[in-house]
Amino acid sequence: MIATQLPAIQVALPLLAAPLVLILRNGALAWSVAVAVSWLSFAVALALLLRVLDGGTIVYLLGDWAAPWGIEYRIDEVNAFVLVIVTSVAAVVAPYARRSVEAEVSSDRHYLFYTGFLLCLCGLLGIAITGDVFNLFVFLEISSLSSYLLIGLSRDRRALTAAFRYLILGTVGATFYVIGIGLMYMMTGSLNMADLATRLPAVADTTTIHAALAFLTIGLALKAAIFPLHLWLPNAYAHAPSVVTAFLAATATKVSIYVFLRIFLTVFSGASIFESFPLADLLIVVAVLGMFTGSLVAIYQSDVKRALAFSSVAQIGYMILGISLLSTAGVAAGIVHLFNHALMKCALFLALGAVALRIGSARLDQMAGIGREMPWTMAAFTVAGLSLIGVPATVGFVSKWALVMATLEKDHVLLAVLILLSSLLAVIYVWRVVEVAYFRDRPDDAATLSDPPTSMLVPLWIMTGAAVYFGLDGTRVLDVATAAATRLLEGWP
Amino acid sequence: MSLEALVLIAIALPLACIPLLSIAGDRAPNAREAISLSTGGATFLAVAALLDPVNAGARPDMSLFTMLPGLDIRFTVEPLGMLFALVASGLWIVTTVYAIGYMRGHHERNQTRFYICFAVAISSAIGVAFAGNMLTLFLFYEILTLSTFPLVTHHGTDKAKRSGRVYLGILLGTSIGLQLLAILITWVMAGTLDFVEGGILDGRVPDGVAAVLLLLYVFGIGKAALMPFHRWLPAAMVAPTPVSALLHAVAVVKAGVFTVLKVAVYIFGLDLMVRLSTGEALQYLAAFTILAASMIAMTKDNLKARLAYSTISQLSYVILGAMLATPLGVLGGGLHIAMHAFGKITLFFCAGAIMVAAHKTEISEMRGLGRTMPITMGAFLIGALSIIGLPPMGGMWSKWFLGLGALEAGQMFLVGVLMVSSLLNVAYLLPIPLRAFFSPPDRASQQVPTHNGEFEDEDPEREAEDITQEFEEETHGAPDGIREAPLPSLIAIVFVAAGTVVLFLFPEAITGLLAPIAGR
Repeated sequence: MIATQLPAIQVALPLLAAPLVLILRNGALAWSVAVAVSWLSFAVALALLLRVLDGGTIVYLLGDWAAPWGIEYRIDEVNAFVLVIVTSVAAVVAPYARRSVEAEVSSDRHYLFYTGFLLCLCGLLGIAITGDVFNLFVFLEISSLSSYLLIGLSRDRRALTAAFRYLILGTVGATFYVIGIGLMYMMTGSLNMADLATRLPAVADTTTIHAALAFLTIGLALKAAIFPLHLWLPNAYAHAPSVVTAFLAATATKVSIYVFLRIFLTVFSGASIFESFPLADLLIVVAVLGMFTGSLVAIYQSDVKRALAFSSVAQIGYMILGISLLSTAGVAAGIVHLFNHALMKCALFLALGAVALRIGSARLDQMAGIGREMPWTMAAFTVAGLSLIGVPATVGFVSKWALVMATLEKDHVLLAVLILLSSLLAVIYVWRVVEVAYFRDRPDDAATLSDPPTSMLVPLWIMTGAAVYFGLDGTRVLDVATAAATRLLEGWP
Repeated sequence: MSLEALVLIAIALPLACIPLLSIAGDRAPNAREAISLSTGGATFLAVAALLDPVNAGARPDMSLFTMLPGLDIRFTVEPLGMLFALVASGLWIVTTVYAIGYMRGHHERNQTRFYICFAVAISSAIGVAFAGNMLTLFLFYEILTLSTFPLVTHHGTDKAKRSGRVYLGILLGTSIGLQLLAILITWVMAGTLDFVEGGILDGRVPDGVAAVLLLLYVFGIGKAALMPFHRWLPAAMVAPTPVSALLHAVAVVKAGVFTVLKVAVYIFGLDLMVRLSTGEALQYLAAFTILAASMIAMTKDNLKARLAYSTISQLSYVILGAMLATPLGVLGGGLHIAMHAFGKITLFFCAGAIMVAAHKTEISEMRGLGRTMPITMGAFLIGALSIIGLPPMGGMWSKWFLGLGALEAGQMFLVGVLMVSSLLNVAYLLPIPLRAFFSPPDRASQQVPTHNGEFEDEDPEREAEDITQEFEEETHGAPDGIREAPLPSLIAIVFVAAGTVVLFLFPEAITGLLAPIAGR
């Protein structure tokens, strides 16, 4: 009984917990609920993934209304994997949140924070799980609105302008998306993804659908922070509370990229848009520009959080590059990097959260000499940073390997070289931090520091450990990603 | 015990001792050094136990787990790796003995971190040696780079930091930018990265592509210090001397040339190598590096800098041997890994001893030093003779076989290069011990031990004055003002110097081991 209802539970759990937390109005209780919900969600997502890997796509009809009239949840290898990514990050970040939120959010707003966190989780899970493009829009708005709230909760006043900017650009993105699906609805009369996939080919060559495609591309690129539509991201990440940055960096943009994949590869699968439009070539160019611009700008940042935010722009470029190769290997590489980047970026931002807890910011010049006083934190930062560079025995290496393999398979040697070169830029912005933290002396008048409390250190090291473990044993994740890529390229049965 | 277990033990033991090292820490230095030494001994025994079976033709082989689809973390022991592992693990023990004297005598900070990073470095050097495919080798190659970075920047000064950047920049840049690309292309085109006798590229990759791949590999293996990617090695000399001795004369640089040999023999195969046009170009580049680095060495007054350029020059001997792609050339290259290791570590040990005991880093100040440090300077002479390649030192044999290899390939020009290079070696190495023994000590250098502050900027070491006093106490009553390095260091120096002579007498121990890969 419960097993068949798992898809609904996945979304309903955080959705119902959010108002509960709001009513409770107690920071500690709210935190306990958030932790319990995120752990349960993780268990549900794992169960779903195992079932999909075993028995194929799960179709779940909400309220038993048959699609395309009712809303259906359709879970295949792709979104089952995304669900696991989102919930695992939530499960690790939630316990960490308590001490970090105490330090970075004023105490009368703690319950608001956990409400926002649960709503955001609910929205992200909903986006990933649904098989209906309009339902997806609804969840997109839930996750976006709650993330504006989360970013704005920071004590840092600059977070307000960052959140406002994100609000404007995010709304533009969401509106473009809804215009896109509106146009599709006009032409096909359907909002169900599987249904759209069969109906679109007949009308694919109309101007309306071309316009829909243009709106969808821009709208989703905005949400996914694909260069050059990434402008909202650096400030939002830099000024948000540390937990929020860690959570959103590892999930929000990833889910947006999932939508990108889903719309272009599944919904438009029969419409052969990639043959009639040079979209893929365009994306390759944009991805490469993003890889270099993001990394180059990251090198010149004086705030490490901001530097890592720009690095995210570069890393999103890798994902888009893999996807736009349009081969199984390429899409698989993009999906693998989705997962791997979530692990390492989350670890890095969690480490910075620990730093922020102790020194009050993540400014590079204030981090002098903290390597000695916060050994566990900075060790985790270094390991995760090495992963960002793509050193073997870390997940970053697996990503890079898969991505370069995919480009070589298509005889794009130049792209392979560009990927390797841009990953060398990561050496610079990671090593700047390592040098300052380990080789510069702490000012004499500075207070002595220590590693953060266990409740923060353990999540940090779980993420870091995962970044190493899946780097040594990369086959498992690559297998799932390849299955997902095959599913995306072959379409639903 | 199965041979496979021994392989794992050899790689895991140095890592296993790390928790113990950090527990002992700076509070119990004796326990820490005892742990280091006994781990070193056990590791060497594990490696040595593999020697006889490998000589008898066994090739222990094992896979740990599948890192990427179709690619395992895999270890295979073959003669070349056996030799490198023996050299690295054997000299680790000697270096630890030496380091005990040096690090204490020099009052270095962060000694625990030093021993821990050292252990990681040795483990990864053995991992490189026993790697069964190119991916595994690359994995350990990169760990070796990263674990030696804290050793290079040990002093934490601005100079150390700058050098660390050069070190990491060149080594990571070449390995990620070029070597990894070569590995990926190999994997795509050949479908395997295993080390197979006769190579994996022949017949699977067009010769033109293979020629480009060879360039990517040889330049991508930055640790081999082929010009123009050699700058990291002189930069690494800011490290404490035991690091320079073991890592930058043995483990790290030899991991580089070992990888070149391994790629030539097991990825390309000698038959393919001979056909590649870039192979010959690289022979000339290696020859150029041999000569140019020797000439630069002559201009260096800082002893460690001179030795560093000498190492760059000597590493290209091995590259040359690999690029000749004749059985004798490969044999000579393999031999040179061992011969140069013993010769150069002797010289570095001596340089460190001079720094600790006499506080001298510049060659021009070393006149007459033979009178106060006769054992050290004697060992220096022996090491220098071995590097030059004169009997009765082991260095002679590798040059002999490299010369034969060049003849085999019909490259008279390269034979000439080898001879000129030996002359250059004479010119920049021999004056040092000769002046130490035969020139009268000049006044300035006599005074140095008493006020040595003026050397502080050249030499980032600290508390030199303390050491001087200690030595004066320690050596009190020694005849004629003999002032040698601490006893553990001296023992290590004598041991490695004797090693070069032993290698001259029994080269067949190594040539016999390498015979299968040289196809003899």
